[in-house]
Amino acid sequence: MSKPVVATTSLSGCFGCHMSLLDIDERILDLIDVVEFNKSPIDDIKEFTKQCDIGIIEGGCCNSENVHVLKDFRKNCKILISLGECAIMGGLPALRNGIPIKECLDEAYLNGPTAQIGNEEQILPNDEELPMILDKVYPCHEVVKIDYYLPGCPPRADLIWDALVALVTGNELKLPYEVVKFD
Amino acid sequence: MRTIINKIIEKFNRNEARLMDILLDVQAEFGLISGDAVTLIAEGLNISSVDVQQTISFYHFFSQKSRGKYTIYLNDSAVAYMMGRADIARTFEEECKCKFGSVTEDGQIGLFNTACIGMNDQEPAAIINGIVFPKLTESCVKDIVNGMKEGKSVPEMMGELGDGENSNKLLNSMVNNNIMKTGSVLFSDYKNGTAINKLVTMTPKEVIGEVKASHIRGLGGAGFPTGMKWDFCSMAEGDERFVLCNADEGEPGTFKDRVILTELPNLIFEGMTIAAYAIGAKEGILYLRQEYHYMKAYLESVLDKLREENYLGKDIAGKIGFNFDIRIQFGAGAYVCGEESALIESCEGKRGEPRNRPPFPVQKGYLQKPTVINNVETLCSVVKIIENGGEWFSMMGTKETAGTKLLSISGDCKYPGVYEVEWGIRIRDMLEMVGGEEAYAVQVSGPSGICISKKDFKRTICFEDLPSGGSIIIIGKERNLIKDIVCNFMDFFIDESCGSCVPCRSLPLILKNKLQKLLDGNGVMSDLTDLENWSKNMKAANRCGLGQTAANPILSTLKNFREDYEALIKNKEKDFDTGFNLDAAVAASCEAVGRNPQI
Repeated sequence: MSKPVVATTSLSGCFGCHMSLLDIDERILDLIDVVEFNKSPIDDIKEFTKQCDIGIIEGGCCNSENVHVLKDFRKNCKILISLGECAIMGGLPALRNGIPIKECLDEAYLNGPTAQIGNEEQILPNDEELPMILDKVYPCHEVVKIDYYLPGCPPRADLIWDALVALVTGNELKLPYEVVKFD
Repeated sequence: MRTIINKIIEKFNRNEARLMDILLDVQAEFGLISGDAVTLIAEGLNISSVDVQQTISFYHFFSQKSRGKYTIYLNDSAVAYMMGRADIARTFEEECKCKFGSVTEDGQIGLFNTACIGMNDQEPAAIINGIVFPKLTESCVKDIVNGMKEGKSVPEMMGELGDGENSNKLLNSMVNNNIMKTGSVLFSDYKNGTAINKLVTMTPKEVIGEVKASHIRGLGGAGFPTGMKWDFCSMAEGDERFVLCNADEGEPGTFKDRVILTELPNLIFEGMTIAAYAIGAKEGILYLRQEYHYMKAYLESVLDKLREENYLGKDIAGKIGFNFDIRIQFGAGAYVCGEESALIESCEGKRGEPRNRPPFPVQKGYLQKPTVINNVETLCSVVKIIENGGEWFSMMGTKETAGTKLLSISGDCKYPGVYEVEWGIRIRDMLEMVGGEEAYAVQVSGPSGICISKKDFKRTICFEDLPSGGSIIIIGKERNLIKDIVCNFMDFFIDESCGSCVPCRSLPLILKNKLQKLLDGNGVMSDLTDLENWSKNMKAANRCGLGQTAANPILSTLKNFREDYEALIKNKEKDFDTGFNLDAAVAASCEAVGRNPQI
């Protein structure tokens, strides 16, 4: 049997979940023995080159590009995992969800203390090359179907490792209390 | 301002436990509780400003911003909508040229929504500067707003007064009692004072014995045996004891206590006196919801008369050493304060957050002293039990539920109003009685109760079958059960959660969003299982009755009207649909920065 293929991406996240993935340390060598990586910042493959088995998503959707990437992942992966708080609930970026987008843009580019210097022309970025900002930050499962959720900010390396091993071996993931308590 | 606020604080002896009264007076005096007022109150009571602020922020009727010279609170209960609330709200908005939740530009008129104000049998209804305006029509809304523009006082705009004591000059209210059926307990002939005169010939033990023999259960909804409650309280250790009467009546669709308060206030106070005698209390508090503030002068006069007649005060009815008096504590708009431990917190001037139990109020209640809290109706029934004996009472009703029950019936029926019936009445017979035979569904016991369909109309109202605190809402065929009723109830619970338990604070909103998803046509079958599974968690994960029952509107309709839910799901095979729409999601930001959306 060929090795399961894994793809990963970071949408509206801080890359902390990917850092946590790297925190599996030397086990990453074991990992590449049992899985093959496709599109992912880890191997810098930019586009899908084949159908994948597992897609790991960090971050929620804050702009149109996030949505396109996420939909692309859904199309190309059999199983999608929301990894971490932002993918699951929107996380810190979703703090803006209670504020109308116009106010957010004004604060960021026109009125905020960091906008006073450097944006004398009072421009709101509108280049067509830029992704369009969504009215609020959406968790991934509000955009596409998500199969599994790995909570944490970031999820612990061991949890990611255990989940991947469980998926690859087909064994049930053990979730003792210590792994899922967060207070 | 300093002088006025100091005077108010002095009136309540600088007692921080009377913060509610102080805030109510300040709100009434200034129309708001400003930041300066908060500081002055905090100084005067020697507590921190945030202590004052947290109480203010908890209650609907306190505000830190002006709500206008005229403040209109329009009921937004499900039955209000059935009776045409949407048109009334629209007319108010058009006439005032401002939206609900805001004040007109000139600061004159404020429009606000409020939860059920206990007028379901005469909706749409509003409270304007404390005065209830029932049965509003579009033309009377226009008259009212015109009157406000001319600067008339609110009493000048009043119409015809209501029936019975409502037209008593101290009540001076347009509210109607709509007493449709009187029974043999509450509305039996009674000469005021009879029970108290008999009471003082008995020992407290005998009184409790009689109440136990009657098998009466608390009529507020929970149904705890009253005699047992009194017994526990009398045995609890404490140097002082209190009797509290729960007249918060916040369950949407309940208005029976309002009628008792209007027509039989003596019974309430006599009932409290009996409880005081039984447990040895010197002080009683009637906790009255703010919505019924119009009764203040009237109820105070009843208390004064009782004092004059020596049925309250010192050596009551000639019994040396039997001293007891009652004060009225107003709430300020919070459904959860109907929960007994939240009610106690509120009486102590705090946020109405339920306490952890145990200890129960009978052990540590008001001011941490043993306290009996009974519903209005329970205490009134006790008066008749003392008058006629426990056995007489126990003969009525069913095996497990003795006596009679006052039902507040509203919604799609010909004769909404208050009915005193024996426990054990069948739903079908009740529907016939009120002219609601065409009912599609019946909501028994308000949003926190259950919604039953035709197949359950053979069931009976009593604790062994369908318990009820008194709210019955009849829902006709023409209603959209999920949209008109369930969503309205969920909005109510979202508003009324005290926020203390996370599941109660967040799940109702999440569940409501799920309902909206279904109504928007984006539902999939797994949404129904989610609704069910998540709702079930509410029972275990929240500490008070409000939180535990806040998902009942969904649970009971999913059980009894599943076909209504399934009808909303067009494609049963589909396993995912959130209705996420990228065009809609980017529209606002593209407009803000001035670019054409390119999907």
